Amino acid sequence: MWQYVIKRLLLMIPTLIGAAILVFFLLRAIPGDVCEIKLAGTGLYVDQAQIDICRKDLGLSQPLYKQFADFIVGLATFDYGKSMWTGRPILQEIGLRFELSLQVAIMATITSILIAIPLGTLSAVYQNTWIDYIVRTFSIAGIAMPSFWLGILIILGLLTFTQHWFGAPWMPPIEYRSLWTDPWHNISQLIWPALATGYRYSAVATRMTRSSLLEVLREDYVRTARAKGLIEKVIIRRHALSNALLPVVTVIGIEFAFLMGGLVVTEQVFNLNGLGRLFVDSVTNQDFSMTQYLVMLVVMIFVLSNFVVDIMYAWLDPRIRFS
Amino acid sequence: MPTTSEVSAQAARIQLEDLAERPSLMSSFVRFLRKQPLGSVGLFIVALMVVVAAFAPFLSSYNPIENSFESMLQAPNIAFLLGTDEFGRDVLTRIMYGARTALLVGLVAACIGSSIGLVLGVASAYFGGRIDLIFQRIMDVFMAFPLIILALAVVSIFGTGVQNVILAITIPFIPRCARVVRSSALAIREMPYIDAARANGFSNTRIILRHMVPNVMAPFLIMLTASVGQAILLEASLSFLGLGVQEPTPAWGLMLRNAQDYIESASWVAIWPGVAITLAVFGFNIFGDAVRDALDPRLRSE
Repeated sequence: MWQYVIKRLLLMIPTLIGAAILVFFLLRAIPGDVCEIKLAGTGLYVDQAQIDICRKDLGLSQPLYKQFADFIVGLATFDYGKSMWTGRPILQEIGLRFELSLQVAIMATITSILIAIPLGTLSAVYQNTWIDYIVRTFSIAGIAMPSFWLGILIILGLLTFTQHWFGAPWMPPIEYRSLWTDPWHNISQLIWPALATGYRYSAVATRMTRSSLLEVLREDYVRTARAKGLIEKVIIRRHALSNALLPVVTVIGIEFAFLMGGLVVTEQVFNLNGLGRLFVDSVTNQDFSMTQYLVMLVVMIFVLSNFVVDIMYAWLDPRIRFS
Repeated sequence: MPTTSEVSAQAARIQLEDLAERPSLMSSFVRFLRKQPLGSVGLFIVALMVVVAAFAPFLSSYNPIENSFESMLQAPNIAFLLGTDEFGRDVLTRIMYGARTALLVGLVAACIGSSIGLVLGVASAYFGGRIDLIFQRIMDVFMAFPLIILALAVVSIFGTGVQNVILAITIPFIPRCARVVRSSALAIREMPYIDAARANGFSNTRIILRHMVPNVMAPFLIMLTASVGQAILLEASLSFLGLGVQEPTPAWGLMLRNAQDYIESASWVAIWPGVAITLAVFGFNIFGDAVRDALDPRLRSE
């Protein structure tokens, strides 16, 4: 087992280094830089000298290999430096928003599990009946529906509903408060984006639960359980589901990483100041330092969650570690 | 030992029998409709979208781009079936022209991305060894980026607009297709006919393109059809963020972006473009699923 863990850990290193190289040079290929945008924003006449000074201050005039070395050293030592746009430390800027995005991601994952496992089970147990068809349509629709549109519909629904029943339109609060200081405020703001993304992400997990359960239900040991007269409920809960959920765990784990990317769009709809918003802003402002560390953060979360999923998989299924 | 003419006569006969037994295009189409009812719905939606996109100027008399300030934000009525937007443009007309953008971006990005992935994946499997290993690590790097993050990075380099959006969507699709194609190409590499081709002294390019590529068509087509819906969704997301297709080009995601400001007063601008996106992606996805079932029954349970 340990051999497998170490092998998987070592395999992450070239991926991360490759991603760092890719991100760094992709960003440097962009015509123009943060200085031009910053100075153009002041609306005053800008001459080349000012741009040069700005570039020098931000370290953009240094040779590429030196900038790259700084970037890698920064990544390895968690010394991310300052945002080229706001001038504030990057760790601080990310820290401010990380809690919000992480909370939405966790809530969305919980939502998708709560949708996927019961629905997937229903659809497998009642295979090819109308229940199955309804569940499958529901989950295919989840993949087809853009989460930002679902978000717009949720806001629209809230507005119409509260207007009709309470006489005044209600919108989720815009200002963020931590779950620990004001839980009610926090939940009433973040539950909607979590629902919108969670529904979308439940679709894949629902299909996975269904197909994997269908497969397990055909196994011999399930037939044995039936033959010895166990109730169908017990067979499904105790015997079948526990084995069928393995691939579902994988899918949910991988999706958690994708959630971080998916939030880019959802945060925009709900006006949330999270990592996704920060990412879009820093891309628009060509804030290289911020963008590169943010992308690396997402990549690291992605690679790490893949790693954790693989380890869990190997732990649950010994055949994998020995192959 | 048979003479050459005998052999060629036999070959011709086999070919004729082959042709006779092969079902006509029409009958296999009918079989598809009967066996894949859900897929047929998808095919119908896709066909509808193509027709609307192709004949948009004949289906609507309004201009999708020109502003008309006397008819701003009108609720749906007889003249404007789905209402008008904040520039007085007919929403239905813009949705119809938007189908052009969606189809163009979706089809072109999916086709180019999957085709490059096809060739790269097959080549990687064919050469094997160190080349394959390095190639796999490079694909790992690209796969470590969520789709939209990579697409956003590409857009930020090349800028917005239809062509750049196509490019931005094509690039993340390449490794995804390459990986799937490679795994089936690995099995094909071991086939005797590849050895035979090599023994004949054919060049690597010829073996890859003429002998291996045609035999991984099933996974390739599956990836291709699955990608179109995803590409349409990705284009809509980019445009929604303001980093995709730009005004005044009609695009569904862009329409929703503008609609955000009018949710309370004009809900129709926020509803119908979303319906169009959902329907289009739904259509391509269930059509893709049906193609997958038809091409590869082993994958059906997935």
